[in-house]
Amino acid sequence: MGSIYIQPSSLSVKDLPWQIYWDKEKCALCGRCTAVCPVRAIEMGVFRKRLVTVDVNDRSAASNVYGVYYGIRQQTDPAHACIGCAMCDMVCPNRAVYPVRADEIDKLRFHVDQGGEPRKRGGRRNDRGSLLDQVKFTRISMLTDPALDAGRHEFELRTLLGRVMSPEDMVAHIRDNGYALPVREVYPLIIGSMSFGALSPTMWEGLQMGIAYLNEELGMPVRMASGEGGVPPRFLRSRFLKYLILQIASGYFGWDEILHAIPEMKEDPCAIEIKYGQGAKPGDGGLLMWYKVNKLIAAIRGVPVGVSLPSPPTHQTKYSIEESVAKMVQSMYMAWGFRVPVYPKISATKTALAVLNNLARNTYAGGLAMDGEDGGTGAAYNVSMNTMGHPIASNVRDAYLTLVNIGKQNELPLFAGGGIGKNGNLAANAAALIMLGASGVQVGKIVMQATAGCLGSEGDRCNICNIGLCPKGITSQDPRLYRRLNPDHVAERLVDMFVSFDTELKKIVAPLGRSTSLPIGMADALGMADAHAAERLKISFVC
Amino acid sequence: MPKRLAWYLITPIQPLSGNVSEKIRGAVRLRVSEERNKIDGKEKRMCRLFAVNSLEAVSPMRAIDALNVMKEGHDGSGVGLFMRDLGGEFEEFKHYPILSGIFTHEGLRRVDEVMFDMRFTPKHQLSFDRKEPPPSSMIRRDKYLVRAYEPPDGWDQLSEPERARRCLEIRLMLRRLGFEDKSGIVYSFWPDVIMIKEIGDPVEVGKYLGLDREGLMARIILAQGRQNTNYAITLYACHPFFIQGYSTMTNGENTAFVPIREYLASRGFPGYVGYESDSEVFTHILHYVVDRLSLDLMTYKHVITPLRDEELDRHPDGAVLRQLKYSLRYLTIDGPNCVIGCLPDRTVFLTQDSKKLRPGVVGGRPGLYAFSSEICGLESLIPDRNKAEDVQPMGTDMVSVDQDRQEIRLWSQWDRYTFSRAA
Repeated sequence: MGSIYIQPSSLSVKDLPWQIYWDKEKCALCGRCTAVCPVRAIEMGVFRKRLVTVDVNDRSAASNVYGVYYGIRQQTDPAHACIGCAMCDMVCPNRAVYPVRADEIDKLRFHVDQGGEPRKRGGRRNDRGSLLDQVKFTRISMLTDPALDAGRHEFELRTLLGRVMSPEDMVAHIRDNGYALPVREVYPLIIGSMSFGALSPTMWEGLQMGIAYLNEELGMPVRMASGEGGVPPRFLRSRFLKYLILQIASGYFGWDEILHAIPEMKEDPCAIEIKYGQGAKPGDGGLLMWYKVNKLIAAIRGVPVGVSLPSPPTHQTKYSIEESVAKMVQSMYMAWGFRVPVYPKISATKTALAVLNNLARNTYAGGLAMDGEDGGTGAAYNVSMNTMGHPIASNVRDAYLTLVNIGKQNELPLFAGGGIGKNGNLAANAAALIMLGASGVQVGKIVMQATAGCLGSEGDRCNICNIGLCPKGITSQDPRLYRRLNPDHVAERLVDMFVSFDTELKKIVAPLGRSTSLPIGMADALGMADAHAAERLKISFVC
Repeated sequence: MPKRLAWYLITPIQPLSGNVSEKIRGAVRLRVSEERNKIDGKEKRMCRLFAVNSLEAVSPMRAIDALNVMKEGHDGSGVGLFMRDLGGEFEEFKHYPILSGIFTHEGLRRVDEVMFDMRFTPKHQLSFDRKEPPPSSMIRRDKYLVRAYEPPDGWDQLSEPERARRCLEIRLMLRRLGFEDKSGIVYSFWPDVIMIKEIGDPVEVGKYLGLDREGLMARIILAQGRQNTNYAITLYACHPFFIQGYSTMTNGENTAFVPIREYLASRGFPGYVGYESDSEVFTHILHYVVDRLSLDLMTYKHVITPLRDEELDRHPDGAVLRQLKYSLRYLTIDGPNCVIGCLPDRTVFLTQDSKKLRPGVVGGRPGLYAFSSEICGLESLIPDRNKAEDVQPMGTDMVSVDQDRQEIRLWSQWDRYTFSRAA
């Protein structure tokens, strides 16, 4: 055997994170798997095979027979490495093909930076752990005051978004019939910012339909933040705008269209969220890669077609966040005649308290959204997602206790995001954060998973939201892909998700004896078996 | 070295040093009480409350007797009394602040020093000196103190809020002094107010302290028979609670205790401290709403049990009530509670949690009204009333009897709301 020449980045199938299992016996050779694979990890293959036939009685008859067979071949170059999405399995009529996770850490990770370009991807931090999952609800009402009945009692599980007046100001306001800043009463589970552009049109439409149903048929004031990517013009002029929180971020994408639509708006938006940071990629701006910037997206965002849209990390027109908060909060209030609450969103950080103190002094800031390290994103550098950021639990707790210290815990609501429900425990994670001090929570990734079947995981499965090839059509702008997603079915699943969340939340708060108000800051109900974490969060250590 | 008594952490049952037969009897009594609860098939573990608002001063023993007929519902672990609009010996000292508390000899010596330094002169006090040992359910104390002080010169020239502030300051200071070395517990320091709280069976406590004496009478009495369940067992956890002329007592658990406590403690008002009981916040919420925000009793009801959002949509004054609810949402109570309280203007009220998960009844006749956890308590004090006029308020109701004691006022959160300053 002669020597083989291999490139430094030549990989075997074994070196990849996923190997394709293919069963020749079952394969119908229909070709669906190779057609559906979003990254072309498998292709049709023609294989030459030698058959040796030996007649033991007639040595002269011994012969080689060369034949061919057809099947699939797994690609091993980094650009076409299998992402584990298993769409091949989903379309295979005979269950003849599916990906199998490698039994050891892959070698692909050392070669994804071809051309000097580090890996970018979508999804969350690749870490399955969740501190929120460790939080238990340990203060159960027993004996003296039996627990409430989650199925029969009446519950009020709404929260406030906006700058709430201090009691003294409220008294003066009512007495003098004065001006009051707008405050919205919303459901505490908010769909966090996922932009039109990051999401496909069918996904976005499905979410909006679901939200409209939840509000108008079920009386649940569910809200969704738009993300930085504009809003379709007809939506801006529809009555459904009131269910949307408009986000303005450092790229100001879509804001030309929004501002021009203000005179024609039938309803005010729910609120304005000014994004200063994002938990998944703190210090990085938003990113919509060129693959996804088609004609529609370009028109809504006011940009050319086919160019990547990286937002700057900060708002470039502002000197500092203090100035930014003061000026942007003010201008956004003015744009809607002080009828719409305005609040900033930051990535969770050790410096969050500095921002919070700044907001506490600003009498207009309508809240603070904090996004933890486990938050998801449509596109970011892998290194940012995996290593940058701050866990949400202690950040929210510190912020809440700071507000308690200055007596403004009711005036400035906190909203927490980042990894809520990452292992499916949505209601428990949300309730834990609320009892640590959040007025509500923002979720994104789990909405895609629950309502549209997103395959992404913290085991680095799929996670190609950034390149527009989402096999489920959730984050793609290619009609061939997003037509796979039926908006009606997304809406149905969203309603399922919120209704079941509501039941689970009641199942948590009822045994704690809470029903007439959301148990914000009820940290005495919480316990953890991790003594250090419990001490840090100022909750009980239980074991 | 002051005599250090361990009565901060005592249990309702006599410590080992007591009379053994008495101790066993006490234990049996408790067990019988528990059995009754089981036989009944219902959990009745909660404090029992009884209050009187009368034109004629009555003895606190009448209220304790009413607690006794409701004994199925409390375990005899303690009794608390708030007396206001005093008759008897203290009638002529109405304008003098009265210090109520329990002290060790050392603690009392220090109180004397401090009060002397501030030029408060003792004018009159109740004597509780007993030679015989206390009954089995009680602990021997050095000194029960109910003493009226003549304030220093210039006191009358101070504004009323300033006098209130100083009374509070003195109470907190004495409390702090006694708390540090466990030499004293201070319940109240306020004109025309006496408070007595003690661990033990209410009737035994009352008899031992001689609360049926002629000199001790009041027109307003709040009395609680204690069911010892929540949090640490200290006398500071015993109802009724008091701050600057406001007093309330509550039964049931306060599940929203921690956020409410944090909210009150962050108001920057020095009196919002303590909270050995999760129910002390009910008194402080009342004080915050009526005193600090200058709102009225109806607003207090709207604050602790706001109407639900859909209900506010239908309420004619929903917009204003919504503002109230938003700004004071941290003071929403969320447990099964019956609250009975007294305002500085001598209004006594009773209200329920929004689901009405606790019983409560108000009844009487012009001149004498009573508020009770159970009808049998009311029956024991005022059997000759028109029972058809008894009121058992529901979740959105507020019932009160003002200082004229001529009628029961029933008010609902569904009535028109007038945003007004308190009287």
